[in-house]
Amino acid sequence: MVDEAHHERTRPASGEPELLLRMTGIVKHFPGAKALDGVDLEIRRGEVHCLLGQNGAGKSTLIKVLAGAHRPDAGEILWLGERMTVTTPVAALRAGIATMYQELDVVDGLTVAENVFLGHELASGGFTQRRAARARTRELLERLGHGDISPDLEVGRLSAAGKQIVSMARALSHDVRLIVMDEPTAVLDSGEVDNLFRVVAEITAAGVAVVYISHRLEEIRRVGDRITVLKDGRTVGTCLPVAETPTDDLIRLMTGRTVAHAFPTRAPVAEDAEELLAVEGLGLRGVFSDVSFSVRAGQVVGLAGLVGSGRSEILETVYGARHADGGAVKVRGQALRPGSVHAAVDAGIGLAPEERKSQGLLLDEPVYRNITLATFAGFARGSFLDERAERASAREQIDALDLRPADPDRSTRTLSGGNQQKAMLARWLVRGCRILLLDEPTRGVDVGARAEIYALIAELAARGAAVVVVSSEIDEVLGLADRVHVVSEGRIVHSCDADQIDEHGVLDLVMEGSAA
Amino acid sequence: MSEQPSSDGSSTGAPGTALGAAATVERARSEGAPGAQEGSPATGWLRARLAGGAGRNVGLVIALAVICAFGIITAGERFASVDNVMTILRLAAVIGVLSVGMTFVITGGGIDLSIGAVLGLASIWATTLATQTMAQDTHWIVMVFTALAVGTACGVVNGLLVAYGRVVPFIATLAMMVSARGLAEMIANRQTQIVKVNAFLDVFQADVLGISVLVWIFVVVAAAGWVVLNRTTFGRRTVAVGGNPEAARLAGIKVNRHTLYLYALAGLTAGIAAVMMLARTTAGSSTHGQLYELDAIAAVVVGGTLLIGGRGTIVGTVFGVLIFSTLTNVFTQNNLSTSAQAVAKGVIIVAAVLLQQRFAARSRAS
Repeated sequence: MVDEAHHERTRPASGEPELLLRMTGIVKHFPGAKALDGVDLEIRRGEVHCLLGQNGAGKSTLIKVLAGAHRPDAGEILWLGERMTVTTPVAALRAGIATMYQELDVVDGLTVAENVFLGHELASGGFTQRRAARARTRELLERLGHGDISPDLEVGRLSAAGKQIVSMARALSHDVRLIVMDEPTAVLDSGEVDNLFRVVAEITAAGVAVVYISHRLEEIRRVGDRITVLKDGRTVGTCLPVAETPTDDLIRLMTGRTVAHAFPTRAPVAEDAEELLAVEGLGLRGVFSDVSFSVRAGQVVGLAGLVGSGRSEILETVYGARHADGGAVKVRGQALRPGSVHAAVDAGIGLAPEERKSQGLLLDEPVYRNITLATFAGFARGSFLDERAERASAREQIDALDLRPADPDRSTRTLSGGNQQKAMLARWLVRGCRILLLDEPTRGVDVGARAEIYALIAELAARGAAVVVVSSEIDEVLGLADRVHVVSEGRIVHSCDADQIDEHGVLDLVMEGSAA
Repeated sequence: MSEQPSSDGSSTGAPGTALGAAATVERARSEGAPGAQEGSPATGWLRARLAGGAGRNVGLVIALAVICAFGIITAGERFASVDNVMTILRLAAVIGVLSVGMTFVITGGGIDLSIGAVLGLASIWATTLATQTMAQDTHWIVMVFTALAVGTACGVVNGLLVAYGRVVPFIATLAMMVSARGLAEMIANRQTQIVKVNAFLDVFQADVLGISVLVWIFVVVAAAGWVVLNRTTFGRRTVAVGGNPEAARLAGIKVNRHTLYLYALAGLTAGIAAVMMLARTTAGSSTHGQLYELDAIAAVVVGGTLLIGGRGTIVGTVFGVLIFSTLTNVFTQNNLSTSAQAVAKGVIIVAAVLLQQRFAARSRAS
């Protein structure tokens, strides 16, 4: 398999290829976090250099530095042997660095040709030269093996794969020497993946280097030459030859945290604990299928998987925020009406959504109104609000959860991430929810507050709640949960008790298991 | 009377930070508030108040006072007479009722361009030969009921289109605006329809305690609107749906149904306004209420309701309505052209929105 990986690629025969880029000691701070803390990267002409690392390892920040979208706080970038300060995306493009982001940055309303030359239109005297642009676009598309896409087609009518081709044609329409591809295969099916790899082989043969980001080791084995591994914003392994580095070593480099979180120890779930939530054969077309699991009172169940594996969608479907295509969600044996949040909330389910600010909170409203958002009608006398009762009840939760500052009238926007999360949890506790679905419970929460959230989850379980936790941080899922379901490509690929698997094992499952 | 003092006060407050304090002072100054100087702790409380809902209303009171002072100086007795004040209020009443409905729709994250046209349609429907004959035979209340039913029905159609048909509010209500006006013309054959039911006119043209019934209707609608927005579950849902529809949905609030209710409510206020219009002009006409929707939006926005939803104030809206109708009156008293009036209106709207944007930017920044 590894041999076949280095297929028909031609490369300069004479010794070491020329060095294209060298980044040393790149540091990038964001308010409250150090995204990059000394990253080194070295790229040669015509190679496919893979970037590997867990979520939050710093891959996205690094490529944004490379693309000129972020300015590094420290470190040096050598481009073709000269010091370079990339300050804007345009400057990066001019130097010959193009980036294909994961969320494809094409304009749906424009044609293929207009997209390809977006920002650098072929023009003379202020008039766009549409015929020339069309001809050049057709050339580029043929080079990419997609002569079938018309330059005049509106991009909105293309599939995700088609849009990716357009995005790549745009990259090639510049005089590029380096193309960054951020998880390019996430939107492709296997035939399209083959075509992508063929194109990659072709452009690298022409001397262009590719920085390739993917979670799928199998792909990396097929296209990659060398690998750089990032962890917690640092380079932990660099220029590892793809062919000679065993998977085990790669995963070991990616795991093994420098900051270990303290997870509370919990008593085992009683054998006879009531089953509160049962998910049976749940499916959502094109996203996930045949998902089954159950949660008992006092149990914490974790869904582990990579971004895009369908974890969050599973939670949202259980909650009724998405309409399941098949299967059932049962609370204490009673099936819920699919696609109805109201039914789920009535049955005692509460969701703390992934995007707390955009999906969970009314940021300009006071904290107590966020806490009582699911219950204010219950406090009301007839249709008239009882704000005093609401405040009192919110106050109770604020004290119980140690939400700071302990002021129910404070604007929710001014709270820290951890305290906003507590307000979300308080909303469901006021309602007496016994089934809690927590999507990324510690995203945007600083290290100190994390421990508090962990302790809180443990305490809720101890008091008899059934909790489902989704997180892209695998150690978090393993540390919190009693039972873990590993999700990959929309399926549960493995289920076991949390103490029977480690981070290494989970990564092994989701990275090798997801072979296209 | 301060509306949602807690939310407003705290979202702008940011006390203690240099930026917050400076911004607050600047804001108080721009609204011409007295006693808002730097430093002394005694003014701290006042400043905090002024930065919140109360401060916004103080600004509106001052704006209204300035216009009144201008009226008294230029037109003297003619402006400051009881009769003239009644005239102002009577003129304010129709737009005022519409604006209360509009406040709900905008707070809930929408917009309704159709209320002026719906007013016209309701006024026609309530004065058709059939309706008036029936009213004559039975009771004038038939006309009122017809107007309210037509208004509400149009609102329900808007609501269905927006909430369940996923049509953008601007487009859905634009379509209603055009077609309601057209339907009114078809029914009336482009004729004005005189109100012949005297009992109807007797009731709505009367004065109670020396004040026109029309003004009383405005007072009642505004008071009810304030209570509903600030003190009921309906009001809380409105703010939630306008502030963050996704969060509202995930909290178990039936966002679509509530959106439908909001447009139905706006339609109902258009029906009420149609009744008032019939009383004032003693005729139904397909041209009634032309451009009233824009006057209502202007009043709501000047009053301090966020155009993007999530924050609304009935008191502000009432002030917005009074500011515009007083301005119109002052200009008329001075025999100034309606063109000059329009320019002044435009300037006021822009000034209010600029203030509002700065407010929004500041609360986002914290």
